[in-house]
This record gives sequence, structure tokens and C-alpha cells, in this order.
Amino acid sequence: MRSADRPISPHLQIYRWQLTSVLSILHRAAGLALSAGTILLVWWLVAAASGPDAYDGVADFLGSWLGFLLLFGWTLSLFYHLCNGIRHLVWDTGHGLDLKSTYLGGWLVVGGTGALTLIAWIAGISSWVY
Amino acid sequence: MRSPLGRAIGLGSAKEGVEHWWLQRITALALVPLTVWFVIAVIRLAGADVDTVRDWVGHPLPAIFLVLLLIATFWHASLGLQVVIEDYVHTEFAKLGLVIVVRLACFALAVAGIFAVLSMALQTTS
Repeated sequence: MRSADRPISPHLQIYRWQLTSVLSILHRAAGLALSAGTILLVWWLVAAASGPDAYDGVADFLGSWLGFLLLFGWTLSLFYHLCNGIRHLVWDTGHGLDLKSTYLGGWLVVGGTGALTLIAWIAGISSWVY
Repeated sequence: MRSPLGRAIGLGSAKEGVEHWWLQRITALALVPLTVWFVIAVIRLAGADVDTVRDWVGHPLPAIFLVLLLIATFWHASLGLQVVIEDYVHTEFAKLGLVIVVRLACFALAVAGIFAVLSMALQTTS
């Protein structure tokens, strides 16, 4: 058989999606989003240190629709990266690497991310209102 | 024409991979409690005015935790972003350039954040 005729591994676009690979890609995407979000964190701190005018600027931005959207994406990314990061740290000890555990851990991470994001926003909005 | 051995010699690992891997895990471990603490703190500060925020940063424990959070965050981010760049950017010049830019940006942001925290912490006389 010539090398060109050999069956090759399916390309990413026609490969069936699996929870494990999707979560792996999302971990990296969330890490990138969080890296960008650190600019917001530093802006907030520097503005608070600079005084009321600068702080009003960052507070107005965070209170806008775009600010809320960014904060929501940031909390979602943070809780996902946190939960899946703990999953990675468990793997680093050599545990939970069989197929069943990776799927169980994966779904736990998905559920944990959703629950923590929901709790944080309910707590945040009620703390903001009262 | 060079022999396969001739092409391979001198292109081994830089022997620094273990330290990179290890520091990524150590900073991750530190960030687990620090980020949980930070999220709770920010939720309690939601909608607060500048004086409330400055008063909070003026206390020793929040200031110390914030500095630790900034160090661990930017160290972790710089290591992680480096891996992403090395995976997807294959032009040597662009790869090296991006890694350097990311390193310097992380360092600059960390210094800015730490300076802001310290200036608030040391100004407050409580």
C-alpha cells in the first residue's frame, strides 16, 4: 500500500466531539479569557488607588451592560478553570485517569461550574442591591 | 546533506521543562484558596464606593492576600500563555517575540497591581 492510500486519523472537523476533549479545549480558552481579564483586575486596583474620579470610571464601566457581560464571562471562566484545574491536579497525583473517572470528573466540573457561577451571581446581585 | 544524527544533535530539550511544569502546579495550588477568597471578597464589595474599597485594602490581611493573588496569578498566566504560544505559533521569530511580550506584560501588570495595593495599604492609617 502506498503511503497516500493509508487510512488516516479523522480530521478535527469530522471527529465526533467528546466531553473530555471539549473540556480540555475549554480549559485553555478559559485560561486565555482569564489572562485578558487580569487587565480589568489591575485597572480596578489602580483606579481605587488613584482616587474617586478614576474609580467612578471603572465602576461605571463594570455597571454597564458590557461590563456585566465581561464580568459574567470572567466568573464563568474562573469557576470552570478552577474546577477543571483541581481535576488536573488530581490527575497529576496519578489518580482518576481511567475512562470512567475522566467522564465522571468531567461532568462534576460542568455541574460545579454552573452551580458556583449561579451562586456567585445571586450573592453578588443581592449584595449589590442591599 | 546532513545525517539524521547530525540534524538531531544539539536540538535536545533545554532541561528547563520540569521547572516550568512544577511552577505551573505550585502557582495553581496557591490560586485555589486565593481565588475563592477573592471572589467572596468581591461579592461582598459589589456596588461599594471607593472609600469602602480603600478601607478594605487598608487592612493587613486583604492587602497581603491581594499581593499573593497578583503574584500567583501573573506567574501562572505567564507560564500558561507561553505554552499556548509555543503550541500554535511555529515561526521562530514570532514565537520568541510573543513569549517575550507576554512575559513583560505579565510582569508590568503584576507590578502595577502590587503597587496599587501597597499604596492603598500604606496610606490608610487605621
